[in-house]
Amino acid sequence: MTDAPSDLPNSAAVSNGHASLLSENPMMKKRNAAETRFKLYGIFALTVGLAFLIFLTVSILRNGIPAFTQTVVNVEFTLTQEQFDEAESKMLKTAAYTDIFVNNITAQFQERGLDVEFDNKAIERLLGKVGGDLRSFYRENPAMIGQPANFELSTASRVERYLQGKLTREMVVDGRFLEAADLDVVDAMVGAGIIGTAWDWNFITGTDTGVDNPGGAGIGASVIGSFFMMLVVLLLSLPIGVAASIYLEEFAPKNRWTDLIEVNISNLAAVPSIVFGILGLAVFIQFAHLPQSAPLVGGLVLTLMTLPTIVISTRASLKSVPPSIRDAALGVGASKMQSVFHHVLPLAMPGILTGTIIGLAQALGETAPLLLIGMVGYVAREYPDSLSSGLLDPNSAMPAQIYTWAARSDEAFFEKAWGGIIILLIFLLTMNIIAIILRRRFERRW
Amino acid sequence: MSNTVILLIVLGLGVFGFFAGRARALATAGGDRRLLHSLPNYYGANVGLNTIVPAAIVLFVWSIVQPMVINGSVSGMIDQDAIAEGSSLGLIMSDVRRVAEGLDVAVAEGVMTPDVASDIRTDFSNVREILAEVGVALGSGVTAETLQAAQGYRAMAGIGNLLKTAVVLLISVAGMGVTWRMITRDYRARNVVEKGIMMVLIGAASIAILTTVGIVLSLIFNTYEFFKLYPFTDFFFGTNWAPSFSGRGGSSELGILPLLWGTLYISFIALLVAVPIGLFAAIYLSEYASKSVRSIAKPMLEVLAGIPTIVYGLFALLTVGPMLVGVFGDGGMLGVNWMSGGTAVMTAGLVMGMMLIPFVSSLSDDIINAVPQAMRDGSLGLGATHSETVRQVIIPAALPGIVGAILLAASRAIGETMIVVLGAGAAARLSLNPFDAMTTVTAKIVSQLTGDSDFSSPVALVAFALGITLFVVTLGLNIFALYIVRKYREQYE
Repeated sequence: MTDAPSDLPNSAAVSNGHASLLSENPMMKKRNAAETRFKLYGIFALTVGLAFLIFLTVSILRNGIPAFTQTVVNVEFTLTQEQFDEAESKMLKTAAYTDIFVNNITAQFQERGLDVEFDNKAIERLLGKVGGDLRSFYRENPAMIGQPANFELSTASRVERYLQGKLTREMVVDGRFLEAADLDVVDAMVGAGIIGTAWDWNFITGTDTGVDNPGGAGIGASVIGSFFMMLVVLLLSLPIGVAASIYLEEFAPKNRWTDLIEVNISNLAAVPSIVFGILGLAVFIQFAHLPQSAPLVGGLVLTLMTLPTIVISTRASLKSVPPSIRDAALGVGASKMQSVFHHVLPLAMPGILTGTIIGLAQALGETAPLLLIGMVGYVAREYPDSLSSGLLDPNSAMPAQIYTWAARSDEAFFEKAWGGIIILLIFLLTMNIIAIILRRRFERRW
Repeated sequence: MSNTVILLIVLGLGVFGFFAGRARALATAGGDRRLLHSLPNYYGANVGLNTIVPAAIVLFVWSIVQPMVINGSVSGMIDQDAIAEGSSLGLIMSDVRRVAEGLDVAVAEGVMTPDVASDIRTDFSNVREILAEVGVALGSGVTAETLQAAQGYRAMAGIGNLLKTAVVLLISVAGMGVTWRMITRDYRARNVVEKGIMMVLIGAASIAILTTVGIVLSLIFNTYEFFKLYPFTDFFFGTNWAPSFSGRGGSSELGILPLLWGTLYISFIALLVAVPIGLFAAIYLSEYASKSVRSIAKPMLEVLAGIPTIVYGLFALLTVGPMLVGVFGDGGMLGVNWMSGGTAVMTAGLVMGMMLIPFVSSLSDDIINAVPQAMRDGSLGLGATHSETVRQVIIPAALPGIVGAILLAASRAIGETMIVVLGAGAAARLSLNPFDAMTTVTAKIVSQLTGDSDFSSPVALVAFALGITLFVVTLGLNIFALYIVRKYREQYE
């Protein structure tokens, strides 16, 4: 027994680095280093992924938020009765108002010791048709004559870009839109402290404009277009999707036909969205002669795209209703159909609605099929005035409108596109939050 | 009567039939519903459905077939030789329809009496003025012959509509009458109604098949038209993409290879970004991360998948592109002049990679989590470190699933449209430089079919051939991915 320790690795062997688990030998060191490295790779990958998300969010917010404000010139202005009468008696009435306005501003500049020369044309380039605005204001509110009134006049989009530093003096080419000399006036206005920003409601409620007026473009009409599309998608895909899922989940016999349908649905979910656009173009427009750019056609195409999503989620929630519910219903004499419609379906409803909302959110952001059915490039200048015109008249949709703006050559539209993305994402976020709340509140664990 | 009115009448009859059927069922049982085979509502529903459904189907079919039949017989009235140069039968027919609609409007607004509108001797110049008055402007190509055709069109449409109304209402009433009469105490109304509902359910399930059939048929039909105009081999083996819109696309070169190259190159770069990041993120989240990190980081990564692709497209065009030019472009940070414009393979590939990260990470995460704990314990028990366990036990076990996930991501990348439309450029070229602008199959489908393209020139039809290629490739990848997952899935327990 006393010899035994000599056979075992003793303290001498420990110094060789082969015995204790507590001290690292070179091999173990290498392995542990590899372990740390591997973990770091993971952290790095995760950080990169999240950094992408942050980068994306920051760039959307930074570029998009200016779209919600507009640069305005605040002018306090008093029009006397004599000036009013004189302007109204002239041949060119709005020009007369512009003259009065220019004199007023010049006076304000001189008060502050700023000296710039400008004429009516320059004011029109900077602030649009001021004279007309003034005239219509005083004709509608004659009581304001002789009293100081405050005007917020929105500036041209190029002025805004100049103030943001995106447009420099060197870039300004003299022309119809803006001349280099006009920027002196802008600088003077900044010096006089009369330029400010104001919330731009027109961007949210307005309609699209032509390519030459980025300042006035709004996303409102295309929100309505998207709304009508979603209406079509909801009204078609929810009943069809639920009916299809009920059949496949509850009634379908196991045969080749059902297998075919199932394989089909899972494959349709993976077909690129642009292929659905081709289908829509060929079937709904080329064959059935439905109108181009109509929300109805967009809705039909998106319905076909959304169906697989809804079917998959509906089947999952039907499956999660325990068989005991069905057995109990059958046991008290309900038919199979009654057990499904009276018991299983109501219990599966929260899950079905959640899936539907998520499917709708996907459809709302889908752009590629809309390109093919002609929603892009259509300038949505007006709101639809009835249900049928909302469905059948050409309109744009939010993502299509964003694409249209992004594809225009005037860079001032890019800001609108970013702003449109913020609105689109707000809609998507709201829908997803509703879906999450539905799931949290009504989901039952059996 | 318009279709809406007919439909409303039929629906009204259906509601009436429901209550009539219900009442009759109760009457046959002497008011004691226990004596009936089914609940009284089933008897009512049976009558109601039989009133509405067959009539509505006939109405629907009739509304589609009638214009076709009338078109056929009216276009027979038009003299083939009278078709002017630069015009076609289709154009004349659309004029005929417009004149006929204009006449309807004119009669409805009372500026024209019905007799004048249908009188064959009506003076054409008058008609033109009257139609202009009600807001239907006619081109100079519209002749007196068109007016006659339009009158014929109106006459036939009038007879057809009258017949349609009569037939539909008759079917509706007959359906109601027959089923109402069939009601007895022992009539199995529930079984009949449930059979009807079953048909609806089967019909809904078949829409998936119909969609696929629709996709395949519309692609094949138009692709066939395309290959009649453009040789098959030039399309698949041509190395030059130069559509020419002059001469109805006759001198275009439409080779798919540059587009396929662009597609594959961009997808490759996207996967190069997404696969390592996604995979390592999944491994970290499922093996190392604490519960709280996981519960925050996983949903945040998945947000990337929920963002619409148009957002990524804009991001590529306006943020990533200019940034890359700032680094690799002329006078950029690296002092190399590789990149001349913001739109490039690299731009689109990077952004698409970002988009695909959550696809790879979520799917891989699920698969890694499905590997049983016993395998980890076994490996750790033998003295392996955690990373060795992951590399030598878990990854091999999860490999088929991971490969499947990567293939699905690849299929997404190939079919992705908005990012490449906005971020990759429009020039089709075979180049190895990832900082060159290139274009893809999807981007070209969009550019060939956007706008007012007519479907008879190869320049527009080529989009369908591109579409079918895309469809086959992505479908093949998906099926292959599912096959791999199923075949090599380790069966635990």
